[in-house]
Amino acid sequence: MAHINVPEGVPGIRSLVMFRPETGKYLYELAQELLRGESPLSQAERELIAAYVSKRNDCLFCMSSHAAAARCLYQSDEAIVDEVLKDMSSAAISDKMKALLNIAGKVQILGKEVTKEDIDLAKQEGATDKELHDTVLIAAAFCMFNRYVDGLASFTPTDPEVYKEMGKHMVKGYNLPPKQTS
Amino acid sequence: MEYRPETAAPLNGLAEILLRSDDNSLSRGERELIGTYVSYLNDCFFCQNVHGALAGHYLQCDIDQIDAIKANFNTTDLSAKMKALLSIAASVQQGGKNVTAGQIEQAKTIGASDKEIHDTVLISAAFCMFNRYVDGLATGSPQDRQFYVNRAQQRAEDGYLLLR
Repeated sequence: MAHINVPEGVPGIRSLVMFRPETGKYLYELAQELLRGESPLSQAERELIAAYVSKRNDCLFCMSSHAAAARCLYQSDEAIVDEVLKDMSSAAISDKMKALLNIAGKVQILGKEVTKEDIDLAKQEGATDKELHDTVLIAAAFCMFNRYVDGLASFTPTDPEVYKEMGKHMVKGYNLPPKQTS
Repeated sequence: MEYRPETAAPLNGLAEILLRSDDNSLSRGERELIGTYVSYLNDCFFCQNVHGALAGHYLQCDIDQIDAIKANFNTTDLSAKMKALLSIAASVQQGGKNVTAGQIEQAKTIGASDKEIHDTVLISAAFCMFNRYVDGLATGSPQDRQFYVNRAQQRAEDGYLLLR
């Protein structure tokens, strides 16, 4: 049960933004801009970063939902998602993505964990400043989303089919649900 | 923020409503205090000084008093409710699952509302983002703490939406 009185049976962040849409509005706008907006990183790559950071933060809801979205976006390459979640260093992704995920992983620990060497490595692999910026901000944002979702003990489904469906909706965009009426 | 205005807009909007809206039973000073405390735990110099100075401005205390609260809030004369909420904030900083039912129960017993608990968790979570964004990209920041104190009043008046 969630720590506060949110709509029964509604999962994760959705229940929380229904409780407080005034703040939820900006959270969804941020997600929409970060994950669906313009970026040199593909939407699939950005969802993958989100899922990876969420796994590191041990947030089942966020990891599962964003992994589902990433699988939809990667389409026939969807196996990449689970490879990265299992063991990023041996996954069949580009060296640039590995360098960016390494940075995301450092951000997940704390901002100061990111070293000049990490940045240099990513740049050597071809990462642009914008890609670095977006990687850091996505990782930072998920350190917020994961804590929000778990900090209030929002409902976390365990059925993978539920997340598969969620993934399909998320690919279309992040739209604020209506406020709870009770 | 200037580098990426499209993401700056929701970030600033979130800061404005969370920290500055007066439609909130927690005062601006109390909310800025949660922000500076979490930033202190995350060792983010820039954020803890910007928000520490703002907290000091609203609560009418100086840097030393804010530092004392950050170092050991339980021994200060903050309200029981604020102490309970800062405990929750400290747990959120570690991880969402670190917040215990006991901490929530205690806060509610002392009189914290669902909305106050929600905002405490969201402010804490948001600062875990802001701190990582600022430090992860190694943005430069003035090292003189008085700089932040001097700007606090103007910042309090301007709010977060004027940030570019």
